[in-house]
Amino acid sequence: MVIEFLIDIALLMFLVTVAIAIVRVRDLFSAAMLFAIYSLLSAGLFAILDAGDVALTEAAVGAGISTILFLAVLALTSREEHPAPGTNRLALAVVTVTGACLIYAAGDLPDFGAADNPAQLHVAPYYTEQTYSDMGIPNMVAAVLAGYRSIDTMGEVFVILTAGLAVVALLSVPPRRRRRKPEPGEPEDNT
Amino acid sequence: MRTNGILRVIARFLIPLIMLFGLYIQFHGEYSPGGGFQAGVVFAAAWILFALIYGLDAALAVISQRAQFVLACLGALLYAFVGLLGVMLGGRFLDFRPLLESPQAAQQAGIIAVEFGVGVTVAACSMLFFTFFARRKREIDAVEAGGAD
Repeated sequence: MVIEFLIDIALLMFLVTVAIAIVRVRDLFSAAMLFAIYSLLSAGLFAILDAGDVALTEAAVGAGISTILFLAVLALTSREEHPAPGTNRLALAVVTVTGACLIYAAGDLPDFGAADNPAQLHVAPYYTEQTYSDMGIPNMVAAVLAGYRSIDTMGEVFVILTAGLAVVALLSVPPRRRRRKPEPGEPEDNT
Repeated sequence: MRTNGILRVIARFLIPLIMLFGLYIQFHGEYSPGGGFQAGVVFAAAWILFALIYGLDAALAVISQRAQFVLACLGALLYAFVGLLGVMLGGRFLDFRPLLESPQAAQQAGIIAVEFGVGVTVAACSMLFFTFFARRKREIDAVEAGGAD
């Protein structure tokens, strides 16, 4: 219990440090790597919370594929971020006020893991009690995802398919020569 | 990167293991953490590692772009088809119970089938993302080189 608490504190401190580093760093390659570390730390936190499915997703998607896609995009653009012109005081004020409001509102949240949380009272007891007799499988997350809530999951699958088709549609346009007029008869790669 | 022996040997060692792990979390998702989304991404990661080490052309020779398109659509269609199968057999959309005699076995079969559809779509879409971004670099280079002449 104490060890878990210490690991939590350490992971959260690393998380904050990495988040600040992501904001400060100007080298986009470093930022992509720091994002991967951030995802890995989040995955560690989820694993501590016994949310194995979420931890696996965060590690595979956040630390894995997103980083690769960031790097693939970085190959197309410059490595350095443009320096920000000065400090935007209005934006800083908005962010500060919003953050203060959120921290104030967090005091009204129910205790972490309390039995009378709204999240534990609606359909969660049914899933917890009935999953094994309904489906005969021990992983409740898979049962909810693909069994009880399979229409939602179908929506997600079609969202991913649509995202894939959108990327294909955007990147199928032949690139234009920079700082020059594009030629009308540019040879098109097989698409 | 094809010439770097260390990368090549390690990749050769890792790629089958990553694929095996992807298949494991695909088909073991009812018992342990995992499922179609994670499995698809992990499986695609193995292919992307192959593409990074051996080049995009070699990777596209294994799974062509056309196959990626077809698989991305087939996965989503498999999901919808399992749903419609339930309707045809007298239940509601995405109701797995009519699929088999025993309700528990039917639910498990339905979950495995739709998770497989999810995995195929996610893997194919991840590969498509990488293919198009990696090819974009080559296209831009070709255009820039053409401009320098």
